[in-house]
Amino acid sequence: MLKKIRRVLAVVFFLLITLLFLDFTGTIQSLFGWMAKIQFLPSVLALNFVVIALLIALTIIFGRIYCSIICPLGVLQDLFAWFGKKQKKNRYSYSKAKNWLRYGVLGLFIIAIVAGIVSFVALLAPYSSYGRIAQNLFAPVYYSFNNILAYFAERVESYAFYSKEIWIKSIPTFVIAITTFILLLILAWRNGRTYCNTICPVGTILGCFARFSIFKPIIDKDKCVNCSLCVKNCKSSCIDIKEHKIDYSRCVACGDCITVCNKAALTYSSSCKKNQKTKVAEGSSAVDDGRRKMMAIAGALTTASILKAQDKIVDGGLELIVEKQEPEREKKIVPPGAKSLKNMVSHCTGCQLCVSVCPNNVLKPSNEIMTLMQPRSSYEKGYCRPECTKCSEVCPAGAIVKITKEEKSSIQIGHAVWDSSLCLPMINGTHCGNCARHCPAGAIEMINIDPTDDSSPKFPVVNEERCIGCGACEYVCPSRPNSAIYVEGHEVHRVI
Amino acid sequence: MNKDIKNNIENKSVKNSNNHEFTRRSFVKKVGAFSALATLATVGGIGFGGCKRKSSEEDIYNTTTEIPKDKMTYRTNPKSGEKVSILGYGCMRIPTIENTSARESSSEIDQEQWNRLIKFAFEHGVNYYDTSPAYCRGKSEEATGIALNNLGVDRESYYVATKLSNFAPSTWSRKASIEMYHNSFKKLQVEYIDYYLLHGVGMGDGLKDFNSRYIDNGVLNFLLEERKAGRIRNLGFSYHGDIKVFDWLLENHDKYQWDFVQIQMNYVDWKHAKEVNTRNTDAEYLYGELSKRGIPAVIMEPLLGGRLSNVHDHIVNKLKQRAPQRSVASWAFRWVGSFPGVLTVLSGMTYMEHLQDNLRSYCPLEPVSKDDMEFLEETAQALLRYPTIPCNDCKYCMPCPYGLDIPTILLHFNKCINEGNMPESKQDPIYRKARRAFLVGYGRAVSKERQADHCIGCGHCVPHCPQNIDIPAQMQRIDKYAEALKRELEL
Repeated sequence: MLKKIRRVLAVVFFLLITLLFLDFTGTIQSLFGWMAKIQFLPSVLALNFVVIALLIALTIIFGRIYCSIICPLGVLQDLFAWFGKKQKKNRYSYSKAKNWLRYGVLGLFIIAIVAGIVSFVALLAPYSSYGRIAQNLFAPVYYSFNNILAYFAERVESYAFYSKEIWIKSIPTFVIAITTFILLLILAWRNGRTYCNTICPVGTILGCFARFSIFKPIIDKDKCVNCSLCVKNCKSSCIDIKEHKIDYSRCVACGDCITVCNKAALTYSSSCKKNQKTKVAEGSSAVDDGRRKMMAIAGALTTASILKAQDKIVDGGLELIVEKQEPEREKKIVPPGAKSLKNMVSHCTGCQLCVSVCPNNVLKPSNEIMTLMQPRSSYEKGYCRPECTKCSEVCPAGAIVKITKEEKSSIQIGHAVWDSSLCLPMINGTHCGNCARHCPAGAIEMINIDPTDDSSPKFPVVNEERCIGCGACEYVCPSRPNSAIYVEGHEVHRVI
Repeated sequence: MNKDIKNNIENKSVKNSNNHEFTRRSFVKKVGAFSALATLATVGGIGFGGCKRKSSEEDIYNTTTEIPKDKMTYRTNPKSGEKVSILGYGCMRIPTIENTSARESSSEIDQEQWNRLIKFAFEHGVNYYDTSPAYCRGKSEEATGIALNNLGVDRESYYVATKLSNFAPSTWSRKASIEMYHNSFKKLQVEYIDYYLLHGVGMGDGLKDFNSRYIDNGVLNFLLEERKAGRIRNLGFSYHGDIKVFDWLLENHDKYQWDFVQIQMNYVDWKHAKEVNTRNTDAEYLYGELSKRGIPAVIMEPLLGGRLSNVHDHIVNKLKQRAPQRSVASWAFRWVGSFPGVLTVLSGMTYMEHLQDNLRSYCPLEPVSKDDMEFLEETAQALLRYPTIPCNDCKYCMPCPYGLDIPTILLHFNKCINEGNMPESKQDPIYRKARRAFLVGYGRAVSKERQADHCIGCGHCVPHCPQNIDIPAQMQRIDKYAEALKRELEL
């Protein structure tokens, strides 16, 4: 019974959390966005004490059911293990806890948080690992299926589906996702929850509380016939049948042992032990921002291929479009709601949820070593549109806090910089003004190149005080591959 | 006892089958009477003679019956006596291997399919083929030449029309223009050209451009010489835009002896050309001027760039109510074919279905009645109430140097108007549905980087538009509309 309930709940959580990463219409996020917000590590980084307290209370009462139900990476491993079990039954055996390893990793992890080595934190965070897998591996499959439906919908004049572009947003992140996936597949297939009980910092922390949990599987020595069936089915390898003891710091309360025992020697019941006082671990930390590596300004600007109005000889056909290139920004841009680069660095666990939900193809994971996998904004495929606040709605870690559309319109995340050497009116006298036309903040004005001639071409003048850094100008600028106007990020976002 | 039962059953079944037969027969009878009545009722004004014609015509419109091969209507060229089919093949929308017309994509022309279409058309009596060095990104002449040669018939059995498409200033020199002329012979693999046109006179800067293209460089005189030499059998011009050029050319008819003139004519442009496009002139005037002088008219844009086949749902219903079997397009073809001064009606048929539908309209042509004329005039007025942009999808504006897909953007906008997906305000009850249809459809029709927001207003396209659409202004208008929908602002 316990196993059945656990399974149903796990499947529900797993599917819905996966859909958070797959759905690009915003429906799932608005209904089940809370599922991301009850994840342990993001809550710690968001200083969400209510959730932390609830999760610890949950663990103290029921054991590590968080790992069996709420954590999508845990459920993913159960899935792998389930396939493994089909191949060979009764495959596990008892092993001693590798305390030096798990406490060692936890120690390093805490040091990394305090020291602000976020890429290491993000690498180990279980929910974020799953997010990366879902975003990088599952989403393309989901999108492809959607695009097939969209293809047929188009044929029957239905607007129910629209196609979604599939592209690799960051190669390092993609590689990390694939590596994590394969590693976990092998580990879980062979030995069940090895990762959760040796590497995962959340598993180790919750394990400390689970030792003292009220409800737990207990072996009735009188009924037990030492058949070891439970041991062979324990994916946490935590049942010591000789001593009739279970290592509750590793047990994830899956209930497999209870179901498998023929003699009903195992029960999930309350222990008579007194609850011991536990200290709530303070996971939050201050991070100093000193080491953020500034990007060097590139020496020479890439020569832009300037599109000339050519003589028209024949009809039809489409001009080739040169893909836009990301400019070498001195400071990177993070979306409105992130408050500052520092806030982003100290809270983000790189789960990719914001990257998944960004409908404008603006957010992509960073490739820099210090901020690896954390989101950054870039405007080659779209700009941060004024009506969208999706990323701020979904972030579970407090890296991007909730903002409204109205607030967004006055948050300055950067400012536009003009490069006269690429600007069309300056180069060949074409009338343009596309940046000014699309600026939602009205921060760009077009000024005559020749002040005495009203009909002379105009060049853009940016009012930096008004500019919010949304990137509309950069996106619509006709200069390719480098835009003649681009956004420089700000360290600290301000309200203007 | 068993036998009894069996007999009984047999009796019953006989009875039943009798019943069946009775009802079936009576049903057929009733239907027959009904349809006869219906035919009478619909023919009404035409008179009794029309009754007979009606039934044969209905057969033709039945898409399951074969299209007759020997029923094509022909018109006679008054000068040469050539018998030209009323349906002319416009070779500007040649199919490509990706199943779209050649001007919409960069993919290769589907020569095999093109051969098939031309063969089918020829077998059903079409003998006029109109191309240009500019069409299909410059590939039309060659592909059409191959397809016509492939027919393996006598060169005298079909007529080839092509044009001097020297739009670009770089081709205004005598040398470049004459080179373009000679190149057409090579591409089409012909010794002579049946119908040769000055292409799109009146476009761009009116008389000024016309003089630069044909007079100052002596090219028109050269072409007159070529006609004398027999390498051009008929010389004419196709006209768009500035009426001064049209008038000037006809004033000088005595000097140039135009053999034919190509004009835009359809039941909307007849009286409402200015409403479609301020720069255009009513076809009633153009046609009148030509017939006054006995010059045969070759008709382009009989469907107003597809806008007379792709009409608002209300109008489809009205047309279908009048003749359920007929296609929407057939009305436009029959209307324009009913004018005796029309030599041939050009249609750019990409798909076999278009070709077949047009053949059904013209094999043979059944002229529209006076009643129908009035009805189509009403339809024209109704059409104009839907404020579509007068884009004919000719793609002369393309390629846009900034990568926009101009005609597709305009057609998407028109499609939304025709389908009633243009909410006027946020309070409009259809707002939600229409917003989705507009935005999703926009994304499907035009990829993001080719949408209207990338128009910088350089104006490169403007002089090329035969319909004189202020393309940059329209792009910005559509962009603004899409932006308002995206942000859910007041429209």
